[in-house]
Amino acid sequence: MSLLKYESTLREPLVDGEKTYHQVTEDICRPVEEKANTGWKIGFTISVALLLFGIYSVYREVTYGIGQWNLNKTIGWGWDITNFVWWVGIGHAGTLISAILLLFRQGWRTGVNRAAEAMTIFAVMCAGQFPIFHMGRVWDAFFVLPYANTRGPLWVNFASPLLWDVFAISTYFTVSLLFWYSGLIPDFATIRDRAKTKARKLWYGVVSFGWTGSTKHWQRHESLSLVLAGLSTPLVLSVHTIVSFDFATSVVPGWHTTIFPPYFVAGAIFSGFAMVQTLMLVTRKVMKLDDYITLGHIEAMNKVIVLTGSIVGIAYLTELFMAWYGGSKFEYDAFYKYRIAGPYGWSYWTMMTCNVISPQLFWSKKLRRNVAFTFIMSIVVNIGMWFERFVIIVTSVYRDYIPSSWSVYYRPTIWEVGFYLGTFGLFFTCYFLFSKFAPVIAIAEIKHVLKTSGESFKEKMDVIEKESVDHFAHEHAHAH
Amino acid sequence: MGQVKKYVVGCFDDEKVLFPAVKKVRAAGYKIQDVYTPMPVHGLDHALGMRETSLHTAGFIYGITGTTTALVCMSWIFTSDWPLNIGGKPHLPLPAFIPITFELTVLFAAVGMVLTFCYLCQLAPFVKKHHFHERATDDLMVMVIECTAKTNEEEVKAMLNSNGAVEVNVQEAPVGWWLGRYDRPSKLFKTREVAY
Repeated sequence: MSLLKYESTLREPLVDGEKTYHQVTEDICRPVEEKANTGWKIGFTISVALLLFGIYSVYREVTYGIGQWNLNKTIGWGWDITNFVWWVGIGHAGTLISAILLLFRQGWRTGVNRAAEAMTIFAVMCAGQFPIFHMGRVWDAFFVLPYANTRGPLWVNFASPLLWDVFAISTYFTVSLLFWYSGLIPDFATIRDRAKTKARKLWYGVVSFGWTGSTKHWQRHESLSLVLAGLSTPLVLSVHTIVSFDFATSVVPGWHTTIFPPYFVAGAIFSGFAMVQTLMLVTRKVMKLDDYITLGHIEAMNKVIVLTGSIVGIAYLTELFMAWYGGSKFEYDAFYKYRIAGPYGWSYWTMMTCNVISPQLFWSKKLRRNVAFTFIMSIVVNIGMWFERFVIIVTSVYRDYIPSSWSVYYRPTIWEVGFYLGTFGLFFTCYFLFSKFAPVIAIAEIKHVLKTSGESFKEKMDVIEKESVDHFAHEHAHAH
Repeated sequence: MGQVKKYVVGCFDDEKVLFPAVKKVRAAGYKIQDVYTPMPVHGLDHALGMRETSLHTAGFIYGITGTTTALVCMSWIFTSDWPLNIGGKPHLPLPAFIPITFELTVLFAAVGMVLTFCYLCQLAPFVKKHHFHERATDDLMVMVIECTAKTNEEEVKAMLNSNGAVEVNVQEAPVGWWLGRYDRPSKLFKTREVAY
């Protein structure tokens, strides 16, 4: 009949088990409706503690000045900007999964997109803290906004990559938030209509915006999602491109390279997927959502990790090649004397090992489908990607053109580290709240793919598989 | 809350049953007020005779508004309002304007579309609407048929039953939406004459 949606039985089911629409609702709403378990409470407490330590660290920095950090005249960018780029990179996977994979019609995105988008938003929130507090006089942070002011009006420099960053990050945050929330509205409505307690009816009634599920509304919703995906796709690529411009448009050896934009974007996707793996592996275990985040999902993400890890590896080698082939002494020294060797050599080799060598193990299908191995690898990749940013930033600036201003070894203070830990606190506090009060899987989207890609429905395809092509085509042509 | 109307409500639990039913109900000349579904059902909008949404066109218009805003503002600021000499570079560095122009295009398009979407669908916090079935956001596809003075309710009910509806009932419901909270029961106001 005309409604026939055929999907090859060779493709792995996206939803395991015998599920009906109602079962999907039950499974995904259960963690929201149940009382929080001990694990959640412990995790949440630790996150809030970290957040409070971070707030105190930031308080020290704001009150006593940037001198609370060990940055100096030569190493003006250290842990803060490293952390900024690291968090922004992590914030790329969510929109990549929800937007680019939507445009490429990758059905497996439905299982992980909601949590990945949430992660994106929280990661961008964390990232934004670093450049803002790095300004020193944070109360003047609004000077970066172009508004008609009483200082002339003296405007911001629109030709500066740092200002492009302001626009890129704030646009990215806004658009990701809108995309995420517009997807959440129907799912909040599902919880609202199942709510038993008054408080829950009130809360989910407010956040679901009075969603009814009308066909016209769904039609507009689909159009909105598609256009937002189309807009987010170049956006997500532009954001890390612009972050890389912060470095690439300067004339510092090791930064002044045209390879930076694609190299940074690949690195961002790489680290973002690693963070999604870390969170999803825990989430599916704790919330018993293995049927929706299957081994197939994990394998698909591992494939992205090995691909982007290899792209990053090629970028590292290209940089080394160009440093030699380009014939610039300063460029050559930055790479061959101060990066792969010298006092920071260890960080370069940590980066190489974690980002390029170890992900190659994912060429093995057995390891791609191994949950414990994937979890360890996701942490390794994120450590490696942190070191990548550290290597790019610190090992380029610690020895600049004038040997007299070369800096000694840079070691962060406890308040610098505390700020970083604080953003972990912020990130996980938000994630814990999200996982408790919102459905971590897009309920409506799972229902949408259930009848083509659910395990119990895929079995029905076996009958069609047995038909000859001519018979199938004939049947299909006369279906109406 | 305004006007109250009478509706025959038929619930379906399978798209394969829903589509032929929609076809038959429409062929019989009844007016389907709406079909409420827990997930997007592709093709249902066409089956109900709805036109394509123009939301993406609105998005395009918002987008070019963003492009224009960015280019006009930056050019005006750099060339006429306060021309700054930045390292002797040109006052109108168009290539350097590309990133911000692009970002504002995306920002205007996204924000504008979401607001338009919320306006068209009348979605906002504290908006309350009549829900014909609480499982319409769970596992039922709820077809709502509007009754007129000529409508024979029993006939419609029988028709829905024979076309595979798992649940059929008649409801009086207010038209549109109102400000309210979901934790409080809503009263059905019958101040105005019911228009059947």
